[in-house]
Amino acid sequence: MNSSNGRNEVPIDKVDSLESPNNLKEIKIDENIIESEANLTKDLSDVQRIKVLSPGMLVIKRFIRNQLAIIGLIITVFMFLFSFVGGLITPYGETEVFKYIGTMSKEYASVTLNEEFRYSVAENMEYNPNMHSNFILSRNKGENTFTYKDENYYISEVGKDFYKVFRLNSVAQITYIRGIMGVTPFADFNIDENLNELIKNALINGSFQFYYQNNFYVLTQNGRDYILGESVNVAFESLLITEPANPNTNLGYEFKYILEDTLRNSNLNTFELEGNRYELNEDDNMAVVYKVTSGGKEEYALISQLAIQPISQDVFLSIQFKEEMERAISDEKDMFIYPDEDGNDVEYTISRLNNVYTIKTETKTHLISMHEKPSYQHWLGTDKHGMDVLTRLMYGGRISLVIGFIVVLLETILGVIMGGIAGYFGKWIDMFIMRIVDVFNCIPFLPLMIIIGSVMDSLEVDPKIRIYYLMLILGIMSWPGIARMVRGQILSLREQEFMLAAEATGLSVSRRIFKHLIPNVIPQLIVLASLGLGGIILYESTLSFLGLGVKFPYASWGNIISGVTTAYEMTNFWFVWIPAGMLILLTVLGFNFVGDGLRDAFDPKMKR
Amino acid sequence: MRRYVLKRLAITVALLFVVSLIIYTIMRSIPTSYVENQARMLSQLPGAKSYSEWLAQLNANYGMDKGILLGYMQWFKSAIKGDFGDSWQFNIPVIQKFSQVIWYSFILGAISFILEIIIAIPLGILAARKQYSRTDYSITVIALLGISLPTFFFATILKLIFSVWLGWLPLYGMVGRYYELLSTANQYLDIAIHYILPIMTLTIISIGSLMRYTRTNMLEVLNSDYIRTARAKGLSEKKVINYHAFRNTLIPLVTILGGSLPGLFAGALITETLFQIPGIGYTAYLAMVSGDIPFTMFYMVFMAILTLLGTLIADILYAVVDPRVRVS
Repeated sequence: MNSSNGRNEVPIDKVDSLESPNNLKEIKIDENIIESEANLTKDLSDVQRIKVLSPGMLVIKRFIRNQLAIIGLIITVFMFLFSFVGGLITPYGETEVFKYIGTMSKEYASVTLNEEFRYSVAENMEYNPNMHSNFILSRNKGENTFTYKDENYYISEVGKDFYKVFRLNSVAQITYIRGIMGVTPFADFNIDENLNELIKNALINGSFQFYYQNNFYVLTQNGRDYILGESVNVAFESLLITEPANPNTNLGYEFKYILEDTLRNSNLNTFELEGNRYELNEDDNMAVVYKVTSGGKEEYALISQLAIQPISQDVFLSIQFKEEMERAISDEKDMFIYPDEDGNDVEYTISRLNNVYTIKTETKTHLISMHEKPSYQHWLGTDKHGMDVLTRLMYGGRISLVIGFIVVLLETILGVIMGGIAGYFGKWIDMFIMRIVDVFNCIPFLPLMIIIGSVMDSLEVDPKIRIYYLMLILGIMSWPGIARMVRGQILSLREQEFMLAAEATGLSVSRRIFKHLIPNVIPQLIVLASLGLGGIILYESTLSFLGLGVKFPYASWGNIISGVTTAYEMTNFWFVWIPAGMLILLTVLGFNFVGDGLRDAFDPKMKR
Repeated sequence: MRRYVLKRLAITVALLFVVSLIIYTIMRSIPTSYVENQARMLSQLPGAKSYSEWLAQLNANYGMDKGILLGYMQWFKSAIKGDFGDSWQFNIPVIQKFSQVIWYSFILGAISFILEIIIAIPLGILAARKQYSRTDYSITVIALLGISLPTFFFATILKLIFSVWLGWLPLYGMVGRYYELLSTANQYLDIAIHYILPIMTLTIISIGSLMRYTRTNMLEVLNSDYIRTARAKGLSEKKVINYHAFRNTLIPLVTILGGSLPGLFAGALITETLFQIPGIGYTAYLAMVSGDIPFTMFYMVFMAILTLLGTLIADILYAVVDPRVRVS
């Protein structure tokens, strides 16, 4: 200012020319005047040539001239736009999980060599698992009969590992005295000559069991008489499994029985049932049954000792597929190719464990796109929950900024009230409040937050309510700094003349504190608040990083980073944690720049 | 002077009493399942007492059955004798655990403290001397960056660069896998290598504020009349800075550094946890997360003592270093 000769009549405090070496620039030359009054009509030192600025404008001017502060302001504005507007623009939701249809080697079918008896029940007959186990017991003991619910069942071995289970139906009463036989049929049972002869022979020979016309007959003694029992098939037990070619076909007992009987006991490879002719085509382990129709023959069923089961319930394995698979297994191949419904070749791999073969194939499934690399759809990829990282960062920014602002507001209100009271009243009130401040200062802040965080964990506090608690506690814990500053300022301010004047005017105490003292503290408050914002955001992110602050599913910059812990994740999923960390750093830096710039602008003498 | 110190001491002790009472109240309000778990476990032993009997006995043992005030008195009585009870998490007396781990923290704190002083003070002075220059601005930006860096993010970046990419330094831990097989000299070397990253993190995070503090104070000194006098007298710039300015800048610096001496024992909770250095911070973190009341209680009170001690030292040092303060 000393260098600007001849300008001393200008009120010094209205020209911001004190602290900067290039103060000449600050004297705004009113361009309108220059233009209209042709440059030289006014003396250089004329008051009118110098724009007089209000204190507020001076602060703004000084702030704008500070490059760091402007950078900070730009960063802060960007962060706000990014979080609040970005969250609106982004097409994705905060917790939207992305999935894609991908192929995955999944188990398709399993094949086992069947070593358990399976049974087929004749029509209208009862055969249950209990009877099945009774059958197994008797068979293993070599017996040919078992009892279930006071009823006798007979086992007859029709082929190797192929048993018929039947019970007897009384059809006639037979009296036989000294070679004379009388037969009394029950109901409408019809006994022809041949059968009569057979019964007689049996009685004479003493062998009470015989076959006649595919039926098995047994004579049982009942007092003096005999009862003729005719066999009624209940079920058959076999190791072979018969499956239809068409999932809707229901293979009856008759069919299965005749099929198996033909396969085992006959040299023929055709049989007839209910007017249809069937052809058998035998292979090593299986046989395919064709139904002969007028137009040729079509696949009808498959019989084999292999139990082939699709893993998924809604898959039906065709006979050709099974054949193909069976061939591959018996050739000891580890893969085979079979076309799918659309005719495309699909590769199936076979793996074996003991006597279970597992068929695997690339199946299409919904997969969560975890840790997807950055792409056009997801600019920063996806995180481990399959959520869009960029969107999470936007929502995380909202939470971090909102927490920051609310906490700072809370701590400022508390601090101003407590500090104002302490500073204005002094004496024991001051003493008392300052001791409270000391106490708060002594309580270690971060450990306390960790303890409260883990308590909230054990109480399973709802993540949303947790955020409010977090704000409340941060606010309550951080007011002492502000209170101390406010008190210090007020202690010196209250001794000044304007306060004496305020008192003389008869203003009330609260009016004097909050209308006259506090406004004088506001510059420092703004500085502290903007610096405090950065600090709160750091605290919040640290707590969230430790898993004790904002919790999943809510996003926070801290908890986005906490998902990355191992070296593998660190190197490969950099797009998840580096942007989050940079955002924290930039935001805090931005608030610190702004706070610093504000401090300089408000109080040029104390510049940094 | 003595009266002043005594008065401050009395206030400190009174504060400590109140603070520990508050901490005790907070700790008592924590619903910890530890006692219940212990009682359940003990009651399942063959021929054991019932669960409720064990619960009552354990509660009595830990002073949990009394009201908060009585319980606090019981805790305070034994704490004054140096008995802080047994840690639930570590199953040894709290003091024993503390003495096991404190030196790890102290080494970490002390080395980074020294580095911090070596780096921050010269840079702060340099920035003040060349105010508004490019050097000044870059130093300010670096200082603010250090203040704004989240510890966990910076530590992760350091790990990524030095452990994962370059493979020079271990990711975490105190000793390597083959520590036991090494010779004594190599064992020390192994520990030193494990300390590099934590110390780096801690130093860079904390130089910012000291740098700015130095700069502000140096600026204030440089603007004072006696510096102008010294320059007017024709002293060399070197002499002005080193003798006249620096010595006066030392007054607030010594005060604040003296005040942070007790902090060397506080441990760096986040840094230690991130690098799994078994210092007081990491140990306390484990204790806090698992609801180990005796250890947490001790740790919190210990931290409060350190804070109070720091303020006390700073205030006394201020009076000792600056004769002007003593007069008033």
